[in-house]
Amino acid sequence: MLEVRNLTKIYESGLIKKQYIVAVDDISFEVRKGEIVALVGESGSGKSTTAKIILRLIPPTSGIIKFEGKDIWKDLSSKEELMEYWKNAQPVPQDPYSAFNPSYKIDRALHQALRLIGVDPQDDVGKRLIIESLKQVGLEPSEVLGKYPHQLSGGQRQRILIARCFIVKPKLVVADEPVSMIDASLRGEIMKLIVDLRDIYGTSVIFITHDMNLASALADRIFVMYKGKIIEEGKPDEVIRNPKHEYTRMLIGSIPSIYLKWRDVE
Amino acid sequence: MSKILDIQDLVSYYVQVIEGRKTYVKAVDGVSIEVKQGEVLGIIGESGCGKSTLARAILADFSPPFQYIRGSIKYNTKDGKTLELHKLSRDMLKKYVWGVEISLVPQFAMNALMPTLKVRKLVMDIMRAHFKEVNEYEVIENVNKVFQSIGLPPDVIDRYPFELSGGMRQRVVLGIVATLRPRIMIADEPTSALDVTTQKMVLKTMLDLKKREYVDSIIFITHEIGAARQIATRFAVMYAGKIVEESPTEEFIEKPYHPYSSLLLRAIPDVAQIMIQEKIVKVRDVLYIGGAPPSLINPPLGCRFHPRCPYAMDICRREEPPMTQIEKNRFAACWLYAKK
Repeated sequence: MLEVRNLTKIYESGLIKKQYIVAVDDISFEVRKGEIVALVGESGSGKSTTAKIILRLIPPTSGIIKFEGKDIWKDLSSKEELMEYWKNAQPVPQDPYSAFNPSYKIDRALHQALRLIGVDPQDDVGKRLIIESLKQVGLEPSEVLGKYPHQLSGGQRQRILIARCFIVKPKLVVADEPVSMIDASLRGEIMKLIVDLRDIYGTSVIFITHDMNLASALADRIFVMYKGKIIEEGKPDEVIRNPKHEYTRMLIGSIPSIYLKWRDVE
Repeated sequence: MSKILDIQDLVSYYVQVIEGRKTYVKAVDGVSIEVKQGEVLGIIGESGCGKSTLARAILADFSPPFQYIRGSIKYNTKDGKTLELHKLSRDMLKKYVWGVEISLVPQFAMNALMPTLKVRKLVMDIMRAHFKEVNEYEVIENVNKVFQSIGLPPDVIDRYPFELSGGMRQRVVLGIVATLRPRIMIADEPTSALDVTTQKMVLKTMLDLKKREYVDSIIFITHEIGAARQIATRFAVMYAGKIVEESPTEEFIEKPYHPYSSLLLRAIPDVAQIMIQEKIVKVRDVLYIGGAPPSLINPPLGCRFHPRCPYAMDICRREEPPMTQIEKNRFAACWLYAKK
């Protein structure tokens, strides 16, 4: 469904003496319908840049991204086609605090989602959709509607952003570290919502994280990124039991596991 | 093992005045805890449970809006005196306690290094703040020795902080802290901004400092149980301003007693399950704790965990559970174990 071919992104900086940073270096992968793939890597590995290019927020230096057969950077010419793409590919951001405009009630975020699918938020269908979606993510509509973002907790805010996805029913969700700012006791709930979205609507998910623990529990396939390249891919249990690349081995050896004590740190 | 720090029933609140009325944020509410010679105490808690505030309270760093209410903080110094920190003035604390006896390494300690001053200058500034007469040659030799022992390259002292990576800077800070030979080092989320490979190095550095006896004991405050588990010898779990469980690490991991601890442990997916138990972990198997941590302004009556607890009984809603000894060295504050 989503196909990434030889994607490269080079950032330029400096006016006179140019500096080049290769953020994403010739990566290729596919995401099938209803599949959850995890991009795992440390900071600076290029995983967020990849997400931004897929969401069509920044242009790639070279390479092709095809969504349902269309090249998202070449074939989407009109504004309508672009809106259609953004309807189909939705982000779940890392920071549920800054994703909302603090001076508007949270209803606005949901209304915008409704307008995106052409439903008037004021009529009965719109209202019903909002209530249904909030219930799906485990929120009591009367408790959150009409509130400002600062009146809600981080977990509630993140769930509202996922409720948006339940309204829009995108074909692809790009979740960039969606739970890294959420407390451990609430993380499982948010992760389950992402799986719900996939199970109910067949949404494909690109889950971007630095946390191998989360990736291994959530994803069908894992891609390990290092210095802009995908250096390893496979099913979670294969990657973790039999890492092929030296870096993956080191990464897995550094995971602070609850049940395994590092032997080389004493 | 001798006691270094003994905190009894410490209560300290943030005082806010809203519309002429005083409200209290009960961030540290009746905490009793000991720190013994040579141990690494991991204080585990989620955001907003008061664990960073507890670090401030241990240092007796009470300044508005943070207020001491009651309780005692007794500390045994290097030369065998017992100080009651809550009774000391800020000047006394600055002179005799902070940095030289108890040191705090905050979460973004690496940003404490001014990027445009060489590490050498930073070290000298710190030494001059603590001691009247400082011999530069001696100090630098001393610092270099510490840096060397934690595996930092020898030229670090003449580098600018902006030339160093985040993990290196964090280790430079730890090295400088160790040069003052505090008995207790409090590390508040020292690795939460770092990648896992760097995190491992920083945790190793902390243990190295203890092994080489630059510091006697470490209090490691974190929300990451996995990281704490790697270096802590004893766990204290904090929930809504209170310590709810205390236990040696291995026993705690094997069998946590407090419902909050056991749910929390099971709420975290862990690669070890794939590696050793050879099973495939799915999100469906991961538990989560319903509800959200309570507000510290109006914490629930009785046990503070009762609204989220699957085992909540009548008494949990009315009375606060006392800290009860279950086994040797193992304590939990829960009515499941307390005698009613």
